[in-house]
Amino acid sequence: MKAYLNRRYLFSAAHRLHSDVFSESENRYLYGKCNNPYGHGHNYIVEVCVSGQVDPKTGMVCNLVDLDECVRAQVIERYDHMNLNLLPEFKNVVPTTENLCVEIYEILKREFQHAHLERVRIEETMMNSFEYAGGVEPRR
Amino acid sequence: MSKYVYLTRKCEFSASHYYHNPEFSAAENRRIFGKCNNLNGHGHNYTLELTVKGSVDSQTGFVINLVDLKEILNREVLDVFDHRHLNKEVPEFAKQIPTSENIAISIWNRVEPKLKMLNAVIHRVRLYETPDLFVDFYGEA
Repeated sequence: MKAYLNRRYLFSAAHRLHSDVFSESENRYLYGKCNNPYGHGHNYIVEVCVSGQVDPKTGMVCNLVDLDECVRAQVIERYDHMNLNLLPEFKNVVPTTENLCVEIYEILKREFQHAHLERVRIEETMMNSFEYAGGVEPRR
Repeated sequence: MSKYVYLTRKCEFSASHYYHNPEFSAAENRRIFGKCNNLNGHGHNYTLELTVKGSVDSQTGFVINLVDLKEILNREVLDVFDHRHLNKEVPEFAKQIPTSENIAISIWNRVEPKLKMLNAVIHRVRLYETPDLFVDFYGEA
């Protein structure tokens, strides 16, 4: 029997939306307040969804301890209390939450081997969220 | 592989409504719609979650500019529904019962053409009538 497991994690980081392909005024127009040269921050909530057969012996899709450890080491350690713009993956990519979502999905796809990664969803604020499922349509 | 991302924006509005179908008798209306049939109306705080989907633009990093999305929600949804009596003030509900199902479809029909003008693709309208009850609409099946 296949089941889906969702777990939420939290980190806080700073970013600034700015792209060198646009002029100063285009950046201000396009990104508005998010273009403030000093940056600003969010409490990001990352929701990780993994799936797999429920192991009849443990009753688990995967051990939450393994998922927690992987997300902590690969994602939280990397992003918590950091300035996203200064990280290598955002050197030439604007750290919008769309791009952050894709980045975290790629990290977990590579690093987490105990279950199938379905999707990564990030809440940037109470009002905005973003989902990436590897470029394919997620389940409804 | 294209980087296909789903973006959801939430907003809230408060409105009043009642359920009544003139084709039913008074007794049938009461039986089918229960408390919602009170013709003096009642209200809810609705929470709308609008999801659009698309590839991340390589220059902006956006699926859609949130400022444009907010503007569409303000103009097409909040200005029309917030602090209104849905049966009396929203034209499509003169002849249609303003259930959450129908409100979700109406919101889809209002925002979909505006999003299309911005090359954005609507994915889902999720409307909470109360925290315990919501409907999802994904367009015509």
